[in-house]
Amino acid sequence: MIAVLKHELRNYFHSFTAYVFGAFLLAIVGIGAMLYNLQAAVGNFEYVLSFGTIVFVIIVPILTMRVIAEERKQKTDQLLYSLPISTVQVILGKYLALLVIYLIPLAIISIYPLIFAQYGDVYLPTSYGSLVAIFIMGAALVALGVFISSLTDNQGLAAGIGIAAILFNYYSVSLSEYVSSTSFGSILALIVLALILGAIVRYLTRNEFLAYGVSFVLIAIISVALYLEPTVFEGLLPDIMRQLSLFDRFNTFVSGVFDLTAIFYYVSVIIFFLFLSVQSLEKRRYN
Amino acid sequence: MIKVEHLTKYYGDFLAVNDLSFEIAEGHVYGFLGPNGAGKTTTMNIMTGCLSATSGHVQIGGFDIFEDPDHAKRLIGYLPEQPPLYMNETPLEYLRFVGEAKGLKGAELNQQIDKVIEQVKIQNVKGKRISALSKGYKQRVGIAQALLGNPKVIILDEPTVGLDPIQIIEIRDLIKQLGQEHTVIFSSHILSEVQAICEKILIIAHGELVAFGQPDKLESQLLSANEIFFTTDAPENDVRDALSTVEHITDLTIETKESGILSAHIKTDAKDIHSVSKEVFFAFAKRKQALLELTLKRATLEDIFLELTETEASAKKKEGGNQA
Repeated sequence: MIAVLKHELRNYFHSFTAYVFGAFLLAIVGIGAMLYNLQAAVGNFEYVLSFGTIVFVIIVPILTMRVIAEERKQKTDQLLYSLPISTVQVILGKYLALLVIYLIPLAIISIYPLIFAQYGDVYLPTSYGSLVAIFIMGAALVALGVFISSLTDNQGLAAGIGIAAILFNYYSVSLSEYVSSTSFGSILALIVLALILGAIVRYLTRNEFLAYGVSFVLIAIISVALYLEPTVFEGLLPDIMRQLSLFDRFNTFVSGVFDLTAIFYYVSVIIFFLFLSVQSLEKRRYN
Repeated sequence: MIKVEHLTKYYGDFLAVNDLSFEIAEGHVYGFLGPNGAGKTTTMNIMTGCLSATSGHVQIGGFDIFEDPDHAKRLIGYLPEQPPLYMNETPLEYLRFVGEAKGLKGAELNQQIDKVIEQVKIQNVKGKRISALSKGYKQRVGIAQALLGNPKVIILDEPTVGLDPIQIIEIRDLIKQLGQEHTVIFSSHILSEVQAICEKILIIAHGELVAFGQPDKLESQLLSANEIFFTTDAPENDVRDALSTVEHITDLTIETKESGILSAHIKTDAKDIHSVSKEVFFAFAKRKQALLELTLKRATLEDIFLELTETEASAKKKEGGNQA
């Protein structure tokens, strides 16, 4: 794992990726700090971070697009399979390298509140609480990016899907106000979701029985719930969209609450997508 | 050293490897021969843990590649068909990564890297980007990667494909040299190459093992029907009469040329082909008819290869595959 980590880090610094990622993040936070902290003379650094989250839509896919797709394209994944390291170690090594790349600009940004504190009143706990939260939220997005990169051997496609997925997540709260809040709409959406999940299972495991089983069980649960308690489905769909949003949960930190359930949610998302990435890599061994 | 048992691999409905079993002892250079699409790469990928099998087992030095991949893989160095190189690195950086991934550290790592660089002769390009290297050098970097960690078995998938003649000779020499310290298995669809460097040959066709042995023994064993050609000016009936006294003739074809000279082609199943050629000679001598030309043709590996890969695999399927 350490070998993969070192190798990846060297690779990022050989290419432009790490620098582009860092430069973008520093630039947007710099602009934000100038607007809020300097010109408007607001003492809350967390507003800057909240302002900067939109940039993740672009920079996370740029950072993660090549991480596995490139190995496939160059056929170097064969080397990884034949080396005495497991796919879990490969994914973890690559993921940790990405986190290191991500931590470097954040480490620079973490100095800003201290600087501002020299010249005025800055509430440091909220600033640093939000910094920790933005790190973990970004880490969750990076895990999503790794998984998307593991699905294809085309970097551009990986970036495109990544941008679309993160953009959808970014606006899912705003969109949730426009989707149907009737129970019929929710049920329909849940059934579609169950089918999509089944399709993903089928793609990853090549096991049709398991895939149909997953979809069938989920739809059965929906039907039972509908029979027992039809009111649960009122407004369920917008609710799910709000719940799934990684960005929305970040706002809790900005308003000064260190929300442990949000941290737990981010960590679950990380584990979920890293697990899927390992499965996606393992799947290549089976066909 | 390597034990492959009832290995079967399906790609969807396509049967790539069909109940393949063989055992490879330590030492020697083994040639893995077969036409394109015979299942060579699939078999090698499974043996090295890059691919799962539909059923069957592979053991490397006693470790099962599916159940104990960590131990099994440490015994293998593998060069896939397309060398898995990171193009924007130098050979030094690349070898360092592979060495670390194989668990080498510190002084031992540096020493091994120096050793393999010397072995495959890439000292003068070790600091250049791999993308700028010629195909021959890329192939060498790939082999160097396989040699790191001093594995007992080196598996090379078509290592000479796409190289120029000089590079091919150099790679072949390298393989021979490696055979002194390691068990080397390399695949090829070029017969002369396998004949030149291998001590043992496995021939595979349609995913099945059709022959396994030393090149010269394969020649003498597998095609016992050796052939005799001769030309004579005797009439065809006389030739048939004369040959009727000769035993062990399994097939006879006679062609008449314009000048009245016949050319005949005999196939025989006799163990000693010279006894047959002697009888043929005396049969004509007795009748005072001249043989203008008499040549023996021993089966070459080429014949075995063609015959085995084209006919036997399909014939064997009907028989139930009991003679591999």
